[in-house]
Parts: sequence; C-alpha cells; structure tokens
Amino acid sequence: MTAITKKPVNPTAHLSEADVEQIGIELDAIRQDVIDERGAVDAAYIRKVVDVQRKIELGRRAVLLASIFPPAWVAGTVGLSVAKILENMEIGHNVMHGQWDWMRDPKIHSTTWEWDNASTSEGWKHSHNQIHHTFTNIVGKDNDLGYGIMRVDEDQRWHPFHLGQPLWNFINACFFEYGIAAYDLELGKNLRIPKEKRSDAFKRNAKNTLRKIRGQATKDYVVHPALSIPTGSLVPTLAANFTANVVRNLWTHSVIMCGHFPEGVETFERKEIPENETRGQWYVRQMLGSANITGSRFMHLMTGNLSHQIEHHLFPDLPSRRYAEIAPRVKALFEKYDLNYHSASLPRQVGSAWHKVVRLSLPNGLLADTSAKTLPKQAATLYKLTTGGSKVRRAYDAAQRRAANQALIEARQVA
Amino acid sequence: MALLDAPRPSSRLRDRAVRFVEAATTPLLPADYLDLFAPLRSGADLRGRIEQVIPETSDAATIVIRPGADWAGHVPGQYIRIGIDVDGVRHWRAYSLTHGPRSDSRISITVKAVPDGKVSNHLVHDSRPGTLVHLEQATGEFVLPGDSPVKALFVTAGSGVTPVIGMLRNLFPVTDEGAIPLQRSKDHDIVVVHVAPSEPDSIFIDNLRTLDEAGMIRLVDRYDDVHGVLDVNQLEALVPDLAERTTYACGPSGLLDALGAHHEAAGLDLFTEQFRPATVVAGDGGTLALDRSGVTLELDGSTPLLDAAEEAGVLMPSGCRMGVCFGCVLPLKSGAVRDLRNGEITTAVPGETDNGGVPIQTCINAAAGPCHLDH
Repeated sequence: MTAITKKPVNPTAHLSEADVEQIGIELDAIRQDVIDERGAVDAAYIRKVVDVQRKIELGRRAVLLASIFPPAWVAGTVGLSVAKILENMEIGHNVMHGQWDWMRDPKIHSTTWEWDNASTSEGWKHSHNQIHHTFTNIVGKDNDLGYGIMRVDEDQRWHPFHLGQPLWNFINACFFEYGIAAYDLELGKNLRIPKEKRSDAFKRNAKNTLRKIRGQATKDYVVHPALSIPTGSLVPTLAANFTANVVRNLWTHSVIMCGHFPEGVETFERKEIPENETRGQWYVRQMLGSANITGSRFMHLMTGNLSHQIEHHLFPDLPSRRYAEIAPRVKALFEKYDLNYHSASLPRQVGSAWHKVVRLSLPNGLLADTSAKTLPKQAATLYKLTTGGSKVRRAYDAAQRRAANQALIEARQVA
Repeated sequence: MALLDAPRPSSRLRDRAVRFVEAATTPLLPADYLDLFAPLRSGADLRGRIEQVIPETSDAATIVIRPGADWAGHVPGQYIRIGIDVDGVRHWRAYSLTHGPRSDSRISITVKAVPDGKVSNHLVHDSRPGTLVHLEQATGEFVLPGDSPVKALFVTAGSGVTPVIGMLRNLFPVTDEGAIPLQRSKDHDIVVVHVAPSEPDSIFIDNLRTLDEAGMIRLVDRYDDVHGVLDVNQLEALVPDLAERTTYACGPSGLLDALGAHHEAAGLDLFTEQFRPATVVAGDGGTLALDRSGVTLELDGSTPLLDAAEEAGVLMPSGCRMGVCFGCVLPLKSGAVRDLRNGEITTAVPGETDNGGVPIQTCINAAAGPCHLDH
C-alpha cells in the first residue's frame, strides 16, 4: 500500500481534528468499560487455557514416546502442534503484552513469562510491544513491515534482492521462530557493525538468545527423542517435534501476515506523523493499519485472538477474550466515522498478503503495466533494473514517482 | 577429610536427573507441570485448599484449610499470610490461626468481615470449599513463653480475639462434651477481658464462656452497647490482681495505644498484636523513593514517575512511553499511584500485596502519595 498521505484520496481526509480526538475519547470509553468489568471470569479463562495447554503438551509428548507407531505419531504431532500454537498465541503473546498483569499472579505476568519459542521474551517485548505497537505501519520505523527482508509497501525502495521475496517469505514462514529471534536482535544491522564496535546490549541479548535456542533445540531434538529410545522411536519423535515446530511456524507466520499485510491495510509516512502524536491520532493509525480475520471461535483461539487484530492494536493490554465482545462496538465506531474496518476470512487475508508479497517483489508499476503486448518490453526493463545498479533503479524510481505525483494531482483535481 | 567434602554420588545423580527433567520442560519448570496435578505436594510453593467455611456470627466465619505438605506447623498465637484471588486479583492478608494442634493437620483462620474489606468480605461470604489459596509459613511473636505456667491477662477487642483463641484452644481443647482439662495446663491462671460492640457480634464468645464455666479461665466480657466503651483505667477494678499478670492484647490501635500508655505508667509488661496496618490514602503527588538508586524526589500529581526519575538522572527501564508496551514496569513496594489515562489508583500495602511489590507501568502513573519503587 502507498502511505495514506500519498494516495489520491486520503482515507482520513474527511476527519477533522475534533473528530480524531472524539474517536480517541470513544475508544477510551470502550477500554474503560472492559477494565471495569474484567474479573474472576477472565482470570478463570486464562488459567483454564494454561491448564489445558499444559495437559495437551504433556499428554501428546507422552504419546510420542511410542511414535514408532504411525497413529501415535499422527496424534502426538497434531497435539503438540496445537499445544505450541496455543502457548505462543493465546498465552505467550498475550501474557507478554501485560493482558493479565492486573491479576497480580506472578506466574502469569508480563515480567516473568518465558515462551516456547526461539526468541527470548525480553527481545520480543522490545521489538514487538514497544517498536511495532507504538510505530505501527510507519514506513521506515515499523520493522514489521517486511521484517527487513521483504518489500511490502510501494514506498519501500525496490532492490533486485526483492525478486526472491516470495521464496524468502516461504523460508521465513517455515523457520519463523528463528526469523523472529534474528529480527528481535536486529541481526542484519548488527552483523554489519565490526565485532569490536557492537553494543554491549546486543552482545548480551545475542548470548541470551543463543542460550534460549540451545535450550529449545535440546528439548525438542535431544531430550524427548532420547526418552523415546526404549520404544525405538528416536527418529519418529525427532521428526514429530520438528514437524510441530514447522506447523506452529507456518501458522503463526500466516496469522501475523494477515494482521498488517493484506491489500488495503494502510501505511503511514514517517514525516507526516506529528512529533507529539495525540492519543486520538495514534488510535486512528491503529484502526487503519490493522486487518481482522473472520471465522469460528476455535480459529480465534488458535490465532490468540489476533484475528481481532484491530481491537488488539487499539487495546493491546486488554484480555484477549474480550476482543470478540467489543468488536461490534469498535466496528460501529468505524462506520460512524466512515472508516474501513478491514475484515475477511483467513484464506482471503492470507491470499491477499501473499499477493502483495509477490506483487511488490517487482518494481512499482511493472506488473500493472504488463500485458501480452508489452511483456517483452517490461521484461527488458526488469532485466535492466536488476543488472543495472542503483543509478538505473533511482532513475526508474524517479520516473515512477513523477508519474504517480502527476496522477495524484489529476485525481485530486477531479475529486 | 577431603572425602567428606566431595558431593555424595547419590546427590550428584539426583542433580543430573533434575537437570535432565528441566531440559525436557524448558522454558517452564517441572514444577509448572506438577502443579497441575499436585499443587499441595512437598517441594511446591506453599499453598492450601479451603475445605470448610463455618459461619461463626452473621459477619464472621472460620475457614478450615488443608495446607501443603511443606507446612511447618505453628505456635498458638501466631498468624499466617494468605493470598487469595478476589474478582480475579490476588490479595494478601494476615490472619491468626485459631486452633491448637489438630489431629487432622488442618489449619484454620477466623475472619470477621470489616466494612469495605475486600478480602474479609470475600472470605466470610463468598469463599467456597475447594478453592486453592496461597500461604506463607506461620510467624509472629505474640505467643506464650514456653511451657511454664503463666499468670496472664488477655485483653481482646473484636476480631482481636483470634490469636488468643488459638492459644486458649491449645491450652484447653473444647469438644462437644465440653472443655477438657489437660495436665499440662492445670497451673495456668488466665483472665480474658473481651470487648465487642455488642454480644451478637462477638466471635468465639461461646468458646470463651465454656472455658469460663469449666473454671479454666475467668471471662470478663464487656459490650459497648451495654457497658459503654472500655476505659483502660477500669482494668484495675475488673482485674484486681492486674499488677501480678502479664498482659497480652490484640485489637484496634486506639485500644492498644491507650493500654500501652496505661501499662507504661504502671510499669507493667505488655505484649500486643495488631493486624490492620495504616491504610494508604491516595492524594495528589507525593514523595517518590527509588530505594535501590538511593534517590528521593518530590513529585506533583501529573508527572509520570518515569519522566521524573529520568529527569533526576536515574537510568530507568522504558519503552513506548504511552502505556502500551509494558517495558517500563517496576514493582511498587508501598504507596499509591494514579493512572494518568483514567485516574485509576493502584496501591501497594506491605502485608496486603505481594512481598515483591505491585508491578506498575511507570510511564503512565504519577505519584498519589508517598511511594517506594524497587529500583
């Protein structure tokens, strides 16, 4: 998506400053209603989910001790995948957001939770809670826009490297937990710094992450397979654990892609964000920068209620089970202020996000202008851009920008 | 004797086994899984399960709890801290144990619902058998010295009778057939002056009467609605041999203060116990003490704690600065803060909140009274 301020019709243009502040007040009121109401039922819910998740994990790992038998392998692998997904999504992600801190239970608390994932809770809380949730969809500030390896917005500069991004995205999806760990460490940026100049914080975080990865890998690929030796199930258990991790990775990657990547989710220009962004302005950015997934209750649970991405981004610290409940009020607010409540089924959102990944693997405008007739010419342009170096690409970008600006001026004159 | 210093093979083997199990459960601990099935087992955090809730008066009840396997026992007169979830939020309170040794190894506390008391009202009216509660081992110096015969006066007011009941039940067990005279207790000489707003409000009054009728103690019961509020100077008249007795008192601070002054002037021994700590009253602004940094700041009621501490040069954990990311959370050990977004007050009262303090977001909270942060 092009940043809203560069579009022919800015989707927030019809809102006055007072409207934006009023939206903030109305959303604060929804938040307050949930805070006033949350209590024993919510506490019982999260304890139940934690209890069930741990029992599934324990039970299925027990079944996998005999995973040489195919039915045991299938049952164990499916169960372990579900357990890992629940732990990461409905429990870990949400606990680390502080959604359950109000219970004052030190065992279910953002400051103490460590999740079943390669990245450390500390690293995740920094890159996700702090950077992504504060600077949501601001091009150049929110690293979640493509995780630094993909181009998911027209305003991100194209590089021949992006031609491979459908493949990068798939590989990242399979090994997403390691991708997140590297991403939390800002590994790409830090590895470019000479070793002796890297910050102490990076060194400490890298050490913690390596320790975490070692612990996770030892559990899934050494200890549990070793426990399965008596039934001759070493290799099947290893394969089952690997499969469960990949299933979890593919699922979480898909859900997270649906949150911000589908076509139609808005992005924002860094220079257009006021220095002292008001609460109302921040809320509006969250409203337009997120997309929901529609589906069954089970689907919502398995996404950690990130299927209510809009509600989650508005109120990241409210108990996840309350998102579905407030969604109608939030949606009504969107309608009242004539804003687009972006919501579609899981296949549609996943498809849309992948479409964007493929589309933006090519330079801006290239795919749109391609027809059977222009194909040879476009292919030649792509070849030139790929092999021609940064000067050629900049010239192409400039031409594209000029054309876009011209189109924008014309469109606004018509409007 | 170098041989003795080396770890025994069996303990080394056990350490290895523990490490192996931990490697199988990481990032959780084996205990996190064991707690699902056996929360009261040995080695677990100390917990208990409520087994019975027995009404005592219209606003008081005795809660019988089965403590975890690591319960270390208590001396009558001591109290425990109990952590219980009310409306989903964990609160901690101290209550006296109101029994002597029990053959079924259960423990009990007797709670009087105080007006606006979140926890006491919950325990008396809404707690249910089967509920898991969090416990700390018994503690407290309000106990009788050793086994030697005592000549004592107990002054109890309202629910201040609870630690004394614990001591008396240890000395003089009461069964359905009445009080049992024990050989070890026959030389004790005890007077109880019990004060309550009225007779029906009086928890354990039947118990005290039974002991009085059996001649094991002498009971002087005084009710505000009948006798007027007790004046400590009347004590000499009520208990003529007051000077020969050691006084143990438990009740509200007004009574304890008056008794303290009276006994000091008379040169008499006094042991006291008081539970209700000074309540935190939320105001606007206050002194912020960063205990580990050794910094104290005077704050207004509108500056976030984070901003103020940074301004003063303290290195603080921080994040989004808008209440979203929970990167600035620090434990409030005591005091009150106000959430600048919605005015909500969070208080930390030592004894009533977790020992580690109440974790708060410093970026959106301002001082609402004197407060201590663990940083």
